[in-house]
This record gives sequence, structure tokens and C-alpha cells, in this order.
Amino acid sequence: MKPAPFAYVAATSVQHAIEALAAAGGDGKIIAGGQSLMPMLNFRLVRPSVLVDINRIPGLDRIEDTGKMLRIGALVRHRLTASDPLIAHHVPVLHEAMNHVAHHTVRNRGTFCGSLCHADPAAEMPMMALLLDAVVEITGPAGTRHLPVREFLVASLTTDLAPDELVTAVEIAKPAPGTGWGFAEFARRHGDYALACVAALVESRDGAACNVRIAAMGIGDTALRLSAAEAALEGSGFSDEEITRAVSALRDEIEPMSDLSGSADYRRHLAGELARNVLGEAWRRAAPEVPA
Amino acid sequence: MTDTGTVAITVSVNGVAHTREVEPRLLLSDFLRHKLGLTGTHVGCEHGVCGACTVLLDGYSARSCLTLAVQVDGCTIETVESQGTQDALGPIQAAFRDHHALQCGYCTPGFIMTVADLLEHHPLENDEDIREALSGNICRCTGYQNIVAAVRELAKARGPLT
Ligand SMILES: Cc1cc2nc3c(=O)[nH]c(=O)nc-3n(C[C@H](O)[C@H](O)[C@H](O)COP(=O)(O)OP(=O)(O)OC[C@H]3O[C@@H](n4cnc5c(N)ncnc54)[C@H](O)[C@@H]3O)c2cc1C
Ligand code: FES
Ligand code: FES
Repeated sequence: MKPAPFAYVAATSVQHAIEALAAAGGDGKIIAGGQSLMPMLNFRLVRPSVLVDINRIPGLDRIEDTGKMLRIGALVRHRLTASDPLIAHHVPVLHEAMNHVAHHTVRNRGTFCGSLCHADPAAEMPMMALLLDAVVEITGPAGTRHLPVREFLVASLTTDLAPDELVTAVEIAKPAPGTGWGFAEFARRHGDYALACVAALVESRDGAACNVRIAAMGIGDTALRLSAAEAALEGSGFSDEEITRAVSALRDEIEPMSDLSGSADYRRHLAGELARNVLGEAWRRAAPEVPA
Repeated sequence: MTDTGTVAITVSVNGVAHTREVEPRLLLSDFLRHKLGLTGTHVGCEHGVCGACTVLLDGYSARSCLTLAVQVDGCTIETVESQGTQDALGPIQAAFRDHHALQCGYCTPGFIMTVADLLEHHPLENDEDIREALSGNICRCTGYQNIVAAVRELAKARGPLT
């Protein structure tokens, strides 16, 4: 229950962190909030030779409005994401989701970008980033690249990040004004990892749904966008029958696993019922477009 | 190539500056208990789940089992020992005693330090709010009822957050 020995570098800049990772020759690890990495170090599930601490790099702890986008820096803690007025105003669905992440003390340390990098299939942030078509800003020896989160998240606990790269920010395009949203999750205890979680966004154009986005987690190896259910609702009027059709499309397209907390059938059922509620909620919130 | 040798750190703990040589892998919880002899901070799970090891790091609650001692070089730490003594209990400790909010006491230092943060930063408007705010700390004895009662009284005495 104690970490194996490692060397420690307190990086003072992004460049410094990249150099320290490069010097570690593939055996370095970034530590941000430490709320997922430290348990793994304590259990010796990971044994890096060098730990590169990014907590003292200035300028990474901000949420910025860049016009069309909100930019969440690598040291933005859950506490800030959950309380930030820009997020609450422009992306209320994310504001709501953050209330379900972990507990007060863990939120003081854990970071949004760290959660994306950890890529836990039961974590809210990767799922919300997928829902919002977020773009990950990655910096490495060759410079900075931008990758859609869909491509960044590869599998459970696996991302596209190279050993000498770090995530410096994630960018979220502000949903169009009037976008309806819904979010629901089921956990045994508030703040625990959820058994299943569904979130949705929808715009209404003359009463017809467009830009339907549905994401879920707890029902597969990674968080997922549910494209069959999205397609079933695109252009629809979100009637009860149309929602029911989308819910069965959703149940057909997921492959949940059985575990101690619930059988595959139970999770499939749960995800469908959460989706039914979330979709209804999102549609009620979708304001009809005001003609200019 | 890599040097896993010790690093000198200086940390303010409960208002006293301490300088020590530490291995990078030393947990803050073990630093407090083994290097400084401050055994008030308890260790339950060492993976962030139980909350027994909670301390204040620059004024905000943090799991000391998920923090490395090297990371807090130059920082301010407060542990349960900052809250009062046996003869002169601090207000949070007194409220816990008055409400019988502890039995074996193993979880108590973590609850006390969590509550120290909550009283500074959390609205604690009603019992549901209080229960949610305490949901990261596990107690196997009390059934939580009396802990909630103690926090309710402390929140009332504090008044709304300004
Ligand atoms: C008791 C408890 C309950 C929790 N409950 C929940 C929950 O309900 N929902 C939830 O979503 N999460 C939960 N978490 C996890 C928490 O949200 C973590 O904070 C988060 O998963 C990881 O963020 P971090 O900043 O702590 O990352 P770290 O632990 O520091 O790092 C995690 C991984 O990402 C890598 N990494 C971190 N930042 C970067 C970066 N900028 N660039 C490259 N690599 C990076 C690290 O090398 C490591 O592999 C819980 C944690 C605990 C301890
Ligand atoms: S010992 Fe740190 S949370 Fe349990
Ligand atoms: S008083 Fe015994 S664990 Fe809480």
C-alpha cells in the first residue's frame, strides 16, 4: 500500500514537463490532482520511474471564454468547473454533471483534464466531453495538436496520448443558445461512481429536433455516443412514440457488462429508462428558435 | 539515470515550519504521522475512499493519503491537532462531543478537518446538503445521524456564507 520508489520533478513550465517526460524515456507519469493516480501508485498498479508534477505550472488553472469555445486548462479542479459562472451559463448540462462527481474533498484536487487522461469508463468527465464534442489540446516535443475527444479516448483507461505528451487544455464549443439539455445518473450513493448515466442535448428548429446528441456511461468499455438513438430522433417532434423508438435503438446498440453492482440486462434497462427521462427533459428545455 | 534519493522540503504544519529530508514516494499521511509524530491524522484505506486521513492543504480539505509530502513543499497544512487540545476543545470538536458524534473515534479526525473546510466554503443550508457534503467520509459506528446534528449546529452558529 505504498508507492514503489520514483524520482520526482516539479515542472515549472509545460516545456519543462515535456523535457522531463522525454528524459524518462517512456517511463514517466504526469501527476495532476492525483485522485486517480495516487491510488494506483499506492497499489503499485503503476510504477513509473519518474513522476512529473504539473501542479506548479502557472496559467493552467483557468477556464477561459475564447468566443465560440470555453477552454478548460489542465489544472482546473472539479471544484472550479462545478462552480464556474461561464460553465453554468453556457453549458448548464456540464454544470449539472459536475454535481455528481465524487465528494467535496476529492473535488478540491481532481482535474477535468486528469479525468480525461485517466479515461475511466465510469467517470462523468470523459462522457460529458464526448457529449459536447470537446477537443483535447495536446502538447509534446513536436508542438501542439488538437484531437477530438472521440479519437482521444481509445478504450478503458487508454487514450491516444504518447508517453512524452501532456494535455494542456480541453476546449468545449458552446452549445447554441436555447439548446435543451438533460442529465441523469443512478449511483448507490451520491458522489459514488454511477451504475449508469445518460446525458442529452437537442435543438428545436420549427418544432423539429436537430443536433441531437446523446452520451452514456456505465454501459460499456468506455463512455459512448449513442448514434443509433441520435439518428432515430433527428428531425422528429420528440413524441412519446418517437422517444420510445429511440430508447429501443439505444438498448440495441449498447453492450453492458454484468458485474457485482448489476447484471447486463439490468444496466440495459436502467440506461433506457434514464434516457427516456433525460430526452423528455432536454426537449422541454429546448426553446424554439426565435426568427431574426 | 533517475534519482530517487531524498528531497528537502519545508512545510508549515499547524503554524510551525518543519524542514525534513523525504523520499519522493512518502505519502503526506506518513510524513505527518511518522516524521512529525502527529498521529491525530488517521489512515484507513490509502486509496482516497474513507476520508480518515483528511487534512487542510492551503485551507482546503485534501486526502493526505493521495498527496505526496514532496508536493507540499512551501505549503500550509492543518491537521486535527490544530483544532484544540484535550483540555480546550475547539468548536468543531466540542460540537462532536456534545452531539455524541463519535464512538470509536477512528474516522473523527477526518470528519473534523472536512467540516473545518465545509464551514469555510460550503453553504450547508439543510440536512440534505450537509449529508452530501459529508458523503466522502465513512464512519462505521455512529450511523451518521449525530455527526449531521453536530454539523447542523455548527452551520447554524456560523450563519449563511458571506
Ligand atoms: C473517493 C473518490 C471518488 C471519486 N468519484 C468519482 C466520480 O464519482 N466520478 C468521477 O468522474 N471521478 C471520480 N473520482 C476520480 C476523480 O474525478 C479524479 O480526480 C480524476 O479521475 C483524475 O483527475 P486527477 O487530476 O486527479 O488526475 P491524476 O490522478 O493526477 O492523473 C490521472 C491519470 O491521468 C494522467 N494525467 C493527469 N493529468 C494529465 C495531463 N494534463 N496530461 C497528461 N496526462 C495527465 C496521469 O498521468 C494519470 O495517468 C473519484 C476519486 C476518488 C478518490
Ligand atoms: S486513508 Fe486516505 S482516504 Fe482512506
Ligand atoms: S466513530 Fe468509529 S468509525 Fe466513526
